Amino acid sequence: MLDKELRSMIGQVKDGRMDRRAFVKRLAAVGLTAPLANQILALGGVAMAQSPAVYKPTKRGGGGPLKLLWWQGPTLLNPHFATGTKDQDGSRLFYEPLASWDADGNLNPILAAEIPSLANGGLAADAKSVVWKIKPGVKWHDGKPLTADDFVFTWQYASDPATATVSISTYGEITVEKVNDLSIRILFKTPTPFWANAFVGAYGCVLPKHLFAEYKGSKSREAPNNLAPVGTGPYKFVEFKPGDVVRGELNPDYHMPNRPHFDTIEMKGGGDAVSAARAVIQTGEFDFAWNMQVEDDVLLRLEKGGKGKTLYATGGDIEFIAINFTDPNTEIDGERSSMKTKHPILSDPNVRKALALLVDRDSVKKAIYGRAGRTTANYLNGPEKFVSKNTSWEFNIEKASKMLDDAGWRVGADGIREKDGKKFKLLYQTSTNGPRQKTQAIVKQACQKAGIDVELKSVVASVFFSSDVANPDTYPKFYADIEEFQIPMTQPDPALHMRRYISANVATKENKWQGQNFPRYVNKEYDAAIAAAETETDPVKRAALYIKCNDLLWQDTVFIPVMHRLKVEAAANNLRPALSGWANETDNIQDWYREA
Amino acid sequence: MSQYVLRRLLIAIPSLLGISAVLFFVLALAPGDPFSELATNPNVPPEVQAALRAKFGLDDPIYLRYLHWLNAMLHGDWGFSFVSRMNVDTLILQRLPATLYVIGSAQILALLIAIPVGVYAATKPYSLFDQVANTLAFVGFSLPTFFTGILFILIFSITLDWLPFVYTTDIKATGIRWVLEMIRQAIMPVAVLGLFQAASMTRFVRSAMLDVIRLDYVTTARAKGLGQATVIIKHVMRNAMIPVVTLIALQMPAVFGGAIVTEQIFRIPGIGSLLISSILSNDTPVVMAVTFVFACLVVLFNLIADVLYGWLDPRISLR
Repeated sequence: MLDKELRSMIGQVKDGRMDRRAFVKRLAAVGLTAPLANQILALGGVAMAQSPAVYKPTKRGGGGPLKLLWWQGPTLLNPHFATGTKDQDGSRLFYEPLASWDADGNLNPILAAEIPSLANGGLAADAKSVVWKIKPGVKWHDGKPLTADDFVFTWQYASDPATATVSISTYGEITVEKVNDLSIRILFKTPTPFWANAFVGAYGCVLPKHLFAEYKGSKSREAPNNLAPVGTGPYKFVEFKPGDVVRGELNPDYHMPNRPHFDTIEMKGGGDAVSAARAVIQTGEFDFAWNMQVEDDVLLRLEKGGKGKTLYATGGDIEFIAINFTDPNTEIDGERSSMKTKHPILSDPNVRKALALLVDRDSVKKAIYGRAGRTTANYLNGPEKFVSKNTSWEFNIEKASKMLDDAGWRVGADGIREKDGKKFKLLYQTSTNGPRQKTQAIVKQACQKAGIDVELKSVVASVFFSSDVANPDTYPKFYADIEEFQIPMTQPDPALHMRRYISANVATKENKWQGQNFPRYVNKEYDAAIAAAETETDPVKRAALYIKCNDLLWQDTVFIPVMHRLKVEAAANNLRPALSGWANETDNIQDWYREA
Repeated sequence: MSQYVLRRLLIAIPSLLGISAVLFFVLALAPGDPFSELATNPNVPPEVQAALRAKFGLDDPIYLRYLHWLNAMLHGDWGFSFVSRMNVDTLILQRLPATLYVIGSAQILALLIAIPVGVYAATKPYSLFDQVANTLAFVGFSLPTFFTGILFILIFSITLDWLPFVYTTDIKATGIRWVLEMIRQAIMPVAVLGLFQAASMTRFVRSAMLDVIRLDYVTTARAKGLGQATVIIKHVMRNAMIPVVTLIALQMPAVFGGAIVTEQIFRIPGIGSLLISSILSNDTPVVMAVTFVFACLVVLFNLIADVLYGWLDPRISLR
């Protein structure tokens, strides 16, 4: 579309004829807004906006204690071993990355002196390298200075397979070199348009070389500092009891002015989400609770006259029903849902489209998710720049029935459709979870009206999401016709999120079902679009490619998106947490404060 | 006596071995994967998961894993938590004080209620006091702790706002204020567990007392002109307590079990909540260690019960 127009606008921003806000607004009008619109500007040669975080306190400390309640407490405090966000959240109180994502998907510099851009020479024109400048004068909690060596070491540590870090995919494919004491260069093997991955966000936390140097590789688990972090963060480590409590105190040498606001910090773990919501909203025993997976009704009731409220952060997490393209009931070479088969019912695109018409997203939102969800037709729901405007959804049983009639599926004597003597029966599986099972019931009801017999199945989450090769009930094995769950989007860029569904990633017996393409979707056009997007340095063309991928998934009805889910948190009325749908809760902990 | 204890300890070894084998194989056969949370995270490629599995020896055959575990256990190595990446024994030792504090207090509370109430009810069977005590006892052990726990929270924390319902291990106070805070936050969990225990114990004390109170020697004692208090305390209770002591000892493991639920509700960082969170995250070494500790407790308390028997009643000889 607006390739030329966009360029002229970038030019205007560059020489000050148009302000940044107007630029973002103009893009919004054509469906390309906020978060990475700023990356467009960055690549267009304009420095990325530094977050306009409103931070009121005018001195360091004095905020008293900050009490956080995580209903699953952190179990370890090394960000590179974090098995879940709870561990990342706990680690982040003490360790810091170069930058983190703010609410709009902008980069917020933390240990970086500035955000790299073409203008300041940080980004290479060929998108194959990035130079980050490190803020001078930053000290580790033990008084040693932070230098480029720590970053190079963190890369070596995390990318060593023997260390067995969970961040290896972020660091494995790059090379990090020291430019001077206060700057590093990250080199990519191929042009990488999304350069803000290593040293950014949760996996970006840098470790002190002087404490971890001896524990790289297979000795990693012996490091005493795995449980006693020494970082650069706003709080200094005091105490840690796995799964129970993490405590910290104000770091008097913190590198940002007037921060942190709180004198001590405590992160308590354990219990369940509902009682955590109570402790914050009703009794005010705690200031903030994370991940309120509680029905909206309950939250609304708690909020009446309470001491706290719920907060929402928009990211890209998507709850969907995936459709199996292969036959789960035929076994070939000891493998069901084999690529050598085709689904007897769902391989017909019109049948899949009819099925999508039977998912009543409005009712699901009203009855289950409430304020914590948005209805959507898209698999890719953010950042706005990547959200397709070409798609639509509706709930229409008559239309679905007609499509099924046309496809040859006639209603039989028992009210169930059949074709060539075969009944229209589907097995619909999900993980055992209240909202998911309610969604199942809503979908099943509509299907029954349209003459489809749906059998519901729920599998315990620890099995459903496991990679246990011996278990038939895992989601990658997909021994069902359709299945529902959520895939979180962990960074404000669609590259990893969309890459899953290329044909090379199909989950099969051969790769022990570790391929991430569980619907077993194969489309050459999709593969080509992903391949092109991954090396496309022009942000507008790149966004267009990902929108195309989303639209292909929609046209082929690979997924029936159920709900674009928001993050729900509970906070005391006077607490001002800095939250973002693109980051973990504590990723901007230095900016939290309490209104007097 | 010491010979008897020694023999019993030796017998305990094969039973503990058996228990550990059963536990280990059941856990190994149970579905789930400690690294499942990584599976839906698109940032973590499957190879990382595979590497982690290999690193922690999850791909070895079961019997090999059991032998490894047993060997390590004999050397005092309790294993290594997949999830926390630290030693299991440190993890358990960290959690033990909270559990002992809560369970110990609950057990004392239960005894303080059950013995006087049971004894008094037995001396006046079918009186109004006895009827009320009986009814309350039935209500008490019919209500599960997870129900009374939530009820207490609703009444004392949310409606009345008297007591905190999140247990903290580090109270920021010293001296007498620290003690008061410790007591204040333990009131609800201790009451929930203690009252549940007290309910069934009261019934036991009462019936044990009733059995003894009708015996001839009690009548003799009364005929000698001894006062009611002396008869009940010195003559009846001493004998009636024999089955009660056994019962209390045998119930100890069940108390630990009840504490699991209570700990979860009140967020008490004890071994019970450790067990639950480890089960939820499929942290097999920790689950194994905690359940094994429970198994040891059962064996140990059985032994204690038997020894106490001999001490309380010299007629029973231990050989």
